[in-house]
Amino acid sequence: MAVNAAPRSRRGGGIRRGEARAGWLFVTPAVLITAVFLVIPIALALWVSMSDWNGFQSPLNPRVNFVGLENYAAITVEDGLDQRNFGTAVRNNLYYVLLVVPLQTIISLLLAIQVNRAALKGRGFFRTAFYFPSVTSTVAIVVVFQFLFTASGAVNAAIGALGIRGPDWFNDSTGLIHGALSAFGITQPPAALAEPGFLGISGWEWLAGPSVAMTSLIILAIFTTSGTFMLLFLAALQSIGSEIDEATLMDGAGPFRKFFSVTVPMLRPTLFTVLTLGLIGSWQVFDQIYVIGGGSAGGTISTPAFLAYRSSFVDLQWGQGAAIAFILFVFIILLTLVQRWVLKERTPRKRNRVAATEKIAPNDSTSGGLR
Amino acid sequence: MRTSQWSALGLAGALAVTLTACSAGSEGGGDGGAVEEGLELTMLIGSSGDAETTAVQAAADAWGEETGNTVEVIAANDLVQQLGQGFSGNNPPDIFYMPWDQFQTYAAQGFIEPYASELENAGDFLPALAEQFSYDGEFYCAPKDFSTLGLQINLDAWEAAGLTDADIPTDWDQLASVAQTLTTGEQVGLSMGREYARVGVFMNQAGGELVDGDSITADSEENQAGLAYLQELIEAGSLKFPQELEAGWGGEAFGLGKAAMVIEGPWINGAMANDFPDRRFVSVELPAGPDGPSTYAFSNCWGMPVGSETKEATMDLIEFLTSDEQQLAFAEAFGVIPSTESGAAAYAEQFPDNSAFVAGVEYAESPVAFQGAAAAFADFNTQLESIGSAEPASLLGTLQGNLEAAYDEANG
Repeated sequence: MAVNAAPRSRRGGGIRRGEARAGWLFVTPAVLITAVFLVIPIALALWVSMSDWNGFQSPLNPRVNFVGLENYAAITVEDGLDQRNFGTAVRNNLYYVLLVVPLQTIISLLLAIQVNRAALKGRGFFRTAFYFPSVTSTVAIVVVFQFLFTASGAVNAAIGALGIRGPDWFNDSTGLIHGALSAFGITQPPAALAEPGFLGISGWEWLAGPSVAMTSLIILAIFTTSGTFMLLFLAALQSIGSEIDEATLMDGAGPFRKFFSVTVPMLRPTLFTVLTLGLIGSWQVFDQIYVIGGGSAGGTISTPAFLAYRSSFVDLQWGQGAAIAFILFVFIILLTLVQRWVLKERTPRKRNRVAATEKIAPNDSTSGGLR
Repeated sequence: MRTSQWSALGLAGALAVTLTACSAGSEGGGDGGAVEEGLELTMLIGSSGDAETTAVQAAADAWGEETGNTVEVIAANDLVQQLGQGFSGNNPPDIFYMPWDQFQTYAAQGFIEPYASELENAGDFLPALAEQFSYDGEFYCAPKDFSTLGLQINLDAWEAAGLTDADIPTDWDQLASVAQTLTTGEQVGLSMGREYARVGVFMNQAGGELVDGDSITADSEENQAGLAYLQELIEAGSLKFPQELEAGWGGEAFGLGKAAMVIEGPWINGAMANDFPDRRFVSVELPAGPDGPSTYAFSNCWGMPVGSETKEATMDLIEFLTSDEQQLAFAEAFGVIPSTESGAAAYAEQFPDNSAFVAGVEYAESPVAFQGAAAAFADFNTQLESIGSAEPASLLGTLQGNLEAAYDEANG
């Protein structure tokens, strides 16, 4: 008996016999849900992106052929409308991300610091007010913005009072960089930039900058998302205890020194979350563009996500739509990895410092909770 | 490589279509017999407004009562998207509006049933419309009704500018001159949608064509002349597009009094009656260009998904909906012109105000809409944003390239 018992117990026998089976049983619902709603759709999308499915009946019906990387080639390397549309969409979205992500992060952090101040009267009101746009549907906000930003809208009336003639925001396709260059009399590209380049878009077009229409959308995005991220920062700020404030004060740090050397490093995990969510969200921007109409403003507000939708549902090029979605998916993952690497702790000195603060952290969080 | 894939797909599609057509045809041979009862059909429509939805629902109910079936009419927010969704989910509506610009794509991809030649009234439709809804020589779906473009004139502005009936423009020069006369600080002389479906009329009037036989001729000198004429109007300040007038479309600019003339179809009547009931206006034929008169005819057809299980009943419904009587009821409700020859004639008599639209049938052309062309035109519409400053040759050069690629793919 004893001889047999040892190996059996090692294999999970005895009182723990059948645990593995029970374990599998318990995780089955989760595994099934993940498979049905995540793994299978992704696999199906991958298949569609490599097929000539035209959106008729199931993508697995026998009429659908495997076409390899043809759909990917059509939007990336083959000269043509599909490639140029994709290139333009990537260009538009790139500028969108470059402006939205840093701005919304900075603004939401500043907002969080402001509404976190004990001295601020009516904190609850401000917190609600800043968070409000985040809980309102984007569609409603877009419609309000359309009224605000029409050529004779409130925004133009306001800047008109300063003697500036505002543009027709949502319809203006002038790139900001092109606009700035034209102020110096440069309206034609130098020869080197005129030729179609990466993704069929000339260097001159790559350097156009966000169009005025896209800039309006950037303002809209910052307006709507800052509240959400403010909330994340606020939660993180509240877990930094008052004794740290006190300690920095005792060490003689001024407000700037404290902000950059204490607050921001302690917010690093939250910063990572906010940047990651912001990056993903802004590469997937769709609803604003759908509401306004992705073809308007000279195609300068179209994005890959919108293009994926249009290729699929309107042009019935489901393979290309799925290919765009997949390129976007891989691209976002890569960017997130890069960002993770950039924000990683590197020098040992820093690590010690953070480790030291982390030791204090548990105490802080309790005191933070009691505040 | 690509070509062979497409032709293989086309072949498979054609085969599937033929097979289903055969089987359905053999089932539904007995004409005149009673239709099945107790069916619940769904109909997806892209409605121009409440008037249209109500009228279509009423017609569908009348048919349902007669035959003992029910029809649920769904007014789509975004018809093309909802159709695409229905087909990909393998749950398309039994009957739907098939927009003209998507028809060729849907037919080529084998989405829709070519039932039209089996209809009892198949021979009654206007030949131009029957041709528009034919693919590969086969008449696919029954034209629902049609519309042509005309020139709408705001009578108050017209009279205020001291113009009379004798001044109604009949050629480009006259159009340019009255547009100039009507342009004031508050109002622009002429407006129209900044899109192929309006701008293209001027290219046709100049004698241009986009497709000539088997070759794409988008960048021809005639087409350039059409765009150049519009550019002259823009330069003179007498043509502005709705976007520049803060209007959603030509009709809105017209109703708001921001444009004294617009180029729209009969749907303008309903829109004005609903939103701007005080606007006094007439619709006249479009002025002729150097190569004579030209306008566009737009039409949707009653689409049916391929291999529909309710084909017989749906065909009966379509016969009912495309009867002269029913089409004239639609005409009264929301201004469209019946798609049958006798219906169109009756319409011109019954609605003399709209006779200009019917007159256009004589020389109307269907906008180019072969498979894949829609994307090329979407790009062209985007490019048209710079029509004020760009060279016509460069705008049309891009269109030429895109159409050529789409044409090769569609016929490859």
